[in-house]
Amino acid sequence: MKFMKITKIALLAVTSLMFMHAQADYPDKPIGVMVAYGPGGATDFQARIATLASGKEALIGQPIYILNKPGAGGRTGWNWFASEASKDGYMLAAYNVPHFIAQSIVFDTAYNINTLEPLGNWGADPAVLIVNKDSPFNTVADLLAHADANPGAVTISGAGKFVGHHIAFLQFAKASGRDLTYIPAKGGVDALRLVKAGEVSAGFNNLSDSARSAADLKILAVADLTRHSYLPDVPTLMESGVDVDDSSVNFRGLMVPAGTPQDVIDFLASKTPDMFNDKKTQGKMKSTNSPARVMTRDEVIAMWNERQAYLTDLLAGLQ
Amino acid sequence: MEFLDYFSNVFTAYHLALLIGGTFAGIILGALPGLSPTMSVALLIPFTFHMKPESGLILLGAMYTATVAGGAISAILVNVPGAPANIATAMDGHRMAKLGKAKQALHYCFISSFVGGIFGVIILIFFTPPLARLSLEFGTTELFWIAILGITIIATIDSKSVVKGLLSGLFGLMLATIGDNPVLGVERFVFTDHLEGGVNIVVGLIGLFAMPQVLNLMEKYYSDKNAVLSSKGDSSLMQSFRFVFGKVKALSIGSFVGSLIGIIPGAGGQIAGLVAYDQTKKVSRNQSNYGKGEPEGIIAAESANNSMVGPSLIPLLTLSIPGSPTAAVLLGGLLIHGIFPGHEIFVSENTAPVVWTFIDSLILAQIFMLIIGLFLSRHSGWIMKVPDNYMAVSILVLAVFGTYSIGNSYSDVIIMVVLGTIMFFASKAGFSAVPVVLGIILGPIAENNFLLGKLIGGARYGDDWMIYFTTGTINVTLIVICISSIAYGLYSNRKSKRSA
Repeated sequence: MKFMKITKIALLAVTSLMFMHAQADYPDKPIGVMVAYGPGGATDFQARIATLASGKEALIGQPIYILNKPGAGGRTGWNWFASEASKDGYMLAAYNVPHFIAQSIVFDTAYNINTLEPLGNWGADPAVLIVNKDSPFNTVADLLAHADANPGAVTISGAGKFVGHHIAFLQFAKASGRDLTYIPAKGGVDALRLVKAGEVSAGFNNLSDSARSAADLKILAVADLTRHSYLPDVPTLMESGVDVDDSSVNFRGLMVPAGTPQDVIDFLASKTPDMFNDKKTQGKMKSTNSPARVMTRDEVIAMWNERQAYLTDLLAGLQ
Repeated sequence: MEFLDYFSNVFTAYHLALLIGGTFAGIILGALPGLSPTMSVALLIPFTFHMKPESGLILLGAMYTATVAGGAISAILVNVPGAPANIATAMDGHRMAKLGKAKQALHYCFISSFVGGIFGVIILIFFTPPLARLSLEFGTTELFWIAILGITIIATIDSKSVVKGLLSGLFGLMLATIGDNPVLGVERFVFTDHLEGGVNIVVGLIGLFAMPQVLNLMEKYYSDKNAVLSSKGDSSLMQSFRFVFGKVKALSIGSFVGSLIGIIPGAGGQIAGLVAYDQTKKVSRNQSNYGKGEPEGIIAAESANNSMVGPSLIPLLTLSIPGSPTAAVLLGGLLIHGIFPGHEIFVSENTAPVVWTFIDSLILAQIFMLIIGLFLSRHSGWIMKVPDNYMAVSILVLAVFGTYSIGNSYSDVIIMVVLGTIMFFASKAGFSAVPVVLGIILGPIAENNFLLGKLIGGARYGDDWMIYFTTGTINVTLIVICISSIAYGLYSNRKSKRSA
């Protein structure tokens, strides 16, 4: 044990020495981005698109590779990132808000907003309230009227617990004051299947996935502050008379672990918004139906803090 | 006959090169533990980023087809299934190899994969609209009963003793409860951080099959009972073809069951091979040979897991609902190329050429898979002659590498080694790895769908939520099949005891 400890300290000393030397010409090798979900999923392929331009000299100047560490709804990867990833700016990670913040409140995790430093945000996928195309409900009011007549009988699916869809459901149930039943499916695709097969009354799902399946679904409302350009005719929940804000919107962006040198954070934070705004990247985001929203580090810090306060309050009654 | 119009798109030098390269690489990757079809397709998707949509999809389709078949090579030669789909193949395939008939086993495997694969693509081409509707009928409760049907075969599959089969299955079901439960939103049995992600199916598969094989080989090497395998009854390729096409019953049960399971969302090829194997065994005249190197077992399992490929794309392409775990990854591959699934996909001007070209390439991928597979079979004999000590080290290296690559996690490697060591000693006492893996696969399907069904049923019927599970044609049919499966198991168990 003692030997291990000494080795660790020695290693730390050596790496920090090497690091101090290397910092001047950061970055001088490819940079990794840890994605806490499996390859092929929305977060994975959006992360690949968003970082396509990183090699450009005016941007980060080094290519970015993706390291997938899936498991336990993202907790496996983010726990590893906050506790074991190198803090030298060569290992970044993709975040999903509100997922990781909600998890850090509910579960005993190594990560929370204080152990992570955001760099920039590339996308925002709001939750939408959907029903089957053959459903008798055409508006949010129809659905709520049914819930009034049958307390508890209205079922709403979403992609598991403590994710954007679940937050949207909790807000919707609270603001509408109705007795609704949440059906936590294994993932977004499965939650969508429950709606398409008519097993549940309604569902909260990703705007991007729902907009693609418009032929099988009716989209009743968007859980965001404004209407979305993909669905200009769909009202927000607020317009439909239910006071639900944008707390459930699935924000995606890049971060580093706290303890990363400030000049490295500043460098990356100054480059990431431009990297996300690259013309080819934005074109690819659009053609894959991935809703983009580029935000700077300061904007993300404000958003994280706001979510932290709100979710702590919302989830307090659930534990 | 629209699909005929697009064959010319496949017959370009570039696309043929992609097809042949993808098929060849797929067979090899499929044979490596850890690089399951799902993993291989997932890793390939980023490489298709810069290709044209149809080129990217041709490569992904060839990979999907070939990895499913390739997993049988390691199952037969070294008793390590390349993916969950090939577990059933290992049971008789490896025993045939041990009898010196490795080449025949591989022939049977690729020929029946080809027959099943073509059958599946034909189903995809001609029956997509009605079957897409059918796939939506398989909901929460139906999936629960399918998992239960799978569990009813746990006791009798690959174990001589029902009690040992049940105990192994139970061990697998318990392993499946470790980690995060998405429905309950809680972590269970996470005694150490290593268990946080639970026991991944492929990690379990490698641990339970590859590790005991490594230890067995080492034990054999040190006990110096190195039996030299000689190949016996070297049959020609023609004889193999004639033999497989003579097994009409195994081929048709395999192809039919595989296609049906492919259409069902979420069930996937992981159980197609096992269910088809079990059904073929039940109606076979050679029942007592199963598990001892019966060719019918290989034919049923391999025709099933390849016939699953085409139909698993039916709900994917029309409803955006994947019919197998690999199809789920393929959804990401479609989306990054701007191909959005939907009922219009086969007729819309933008997507129809891409999708039909993709489907046509699947037919050709089956043909290349057969040719390359048979070619490799000819040269696979040397693997059986590799000395045990070299073999043990090679499998160990591949097992560790393959396990790590699944989630880039050392925790998975630790889980794999621990499970493998337990399995090595358990197999000395007559326990089989097959029911354990079956438990790991089926546990979450049964449990999560039960919990969801109970929630939905509770919202609809209150305290009488059970009604949700027991009504509907498919539910009732599945319950009847479950009961007859158990009854048949009990009956044949008594019969074999009496005759013994």
